[in-house]
Amino acid sequence: MTPQSERIEPATNAGERDDRRLDVGGATSAQAAFRDELLARGLFIESGVPGLYGHGATFEDIRLRFDALVTAAVAPDQPESMCFAPLIPRRQLESSGYLHSFPHLAGSVFAFEGSESDAIELQERAARHEDWSGFQRVTDVALVPAACYPVYPAIAARGPLPSHGLVIDTGSAWVFRHEPSQDPARLQMFRMREIVRIGSPGEVVEWRDRWSERGLALLRGLGLAAERDTAADPFFGRGGRMLAANQRQQELKLELLVPLGGIEATAVASFNYHREHFAEHYGLVFADGSTVHTACLGFGEERVVLALLFTHGCEPASWPAEIRDQLWSL
Amino acid sequence: MLSVEQTEEIRRVIGAHARLSVDAATLTDETDLFGAGMTSHASVNVMLALEAAFDVEFPDRMLRRSVFESIQAIAAAIEELQSVDAPI
Repeated sequence: MTPQSERIEPATNAGERDDRRLDVGGATSAQAAFRDELLARGLFIESGVPGLYGHGATFEDIRLRFDALVTAAVAPDQPESMCFAPLIPRRQLESSGYLHSFPHLAGSVFAFEGSESDAIELQERAARHEDWSGFQRVTDVALVPAACYPVYPAIAARGPLPSHGLVIDTGSAWVFRHEPSQDPARLQMFRMREIVRIGSPGEVVEWRDRWSERGLALLRGLGLAAERDTAADPFFGRGGRMLAANQRQQELKLELLVPLGGIEATAVASFNYHREHFAEHYGLVFADGSTVHTACLGFGEERVVLALLFTHGCEPASWPAEIRDQLWSL
Repeated sequence: MLSVEQTEEIRRVIGAHARLSVDAATLTDETDLFGAGMTSHASVNVMLALEAAFDVEFPDRMLRRSVFESIQAIAAAIEELQSVDAPI
C-alpha cells in the first residue's frame, strides 16, 4: 500500500462555476501553475475531471525509464513477477479491512441491471446528466486500491511458503483512489510499482529498512531532494486518527518525500510493514508453522516523473547529463 | 474512580466490540486487550462504542493505542473526560 499520506485542505469561498472546481481538493498556486505547464506542454492531457489525465509521449517515456531503473534495482532480490488486472473480487475488498480503514477512497464497479424500459429511463436521465445510479447494481469486482492486494491470496493458494519466503514484483500496476484534486500529484488512477516481501519477521523488517535506504539513494541519485520520514495512511474519520497514531508509533510506514509545490513535501514512495495482518488474513504459512510477516514497497510512478519535471524542468532534453545518463542509458 | 456499574459498562462494550479470543468476563482490569486479541480496527470500534455509551468524545490526544489497552486505562480516560475541568 501506498505513497498517499499528506493532504492539503481544500480551497474555500468559491465564486463562479469554474472557480468552484477548486473546491474539489485545493491546490497551492505553485501546484496550479505546474499543472497548467504540464497541460500546456502536452505532458498531461486534460480529461475535464480533477485527478484524471492522459500522459503524452515524453511523460510516458520518463515513466518507463524510471520503471526500468526500479527493475534493475530489484534484480538482486530475484523477484517473481506477477501481473494483475486493476480489479479485485469485491469479496476481497469487503473482507480485507480496506472498507474499515479507507471507505472514502474505495471504488466499486456497478453495472446496469433492469428491464428494457429501465434501460430507456437510464439512458434518458444520463443524457440529461441526472442521477442514473438507481439503475445500477454492484458487481462482483472493485477497483484495486493497491497493487499488492491480489498477491497475498495468490501466494496463499500455493500452500506453505519456501523456507526463506518470497519477493514478488507486481510491475507497474494501475490503482484507484477516490480523491479528486487539482494537485497534479494527486491522481485518481495511477501506476504503482510494488514489490512485496513475504517471510519471517526478521527477514521482512530487514528488507523493508534496506529498501527504504535503497529507494532514497535511487531518488537522490536522480537529483531529487528526497527525505525519508515515518508516515501514516490517510485513514477515515476519528477512528482513523487512532489507526494513524498507532501506525506512526510502531513506525509501520516509511515514506520518501520530495518537494512538489505543496505546503509539505509529497510522498513519492512508501515502505510498509504489515506485521501479521495480511499473513493471518490470507493464511500465509511456513511449513514448520513459524510466524509469517509481510511488507511492501511502492513507487508512485507518476509522482516520481512529476518530481523529476518539477525539479529539473519540463524539458528532459535540457536535464543534467548525469540524470539523463541514468535514465536513458539502460 | 468510576462506579462498579460504569466499569461493568466498559466490560460490556469490550465484550461486544473488541472481538477478543477470550470471554470478556474473564478479563481483569489490567489485562492487555491487544494481547488478548483486540486488533487496531476492533479498538476503533471499542472507542466509538465507548463514546456512545458514556456520552463523551475522546480528544485527539487520547486517540492512542495506550488509552485503550486495558479496562483500567479506559476507565482513567473516561474519568478524566467526565471531570469538569478536562482540557481538550
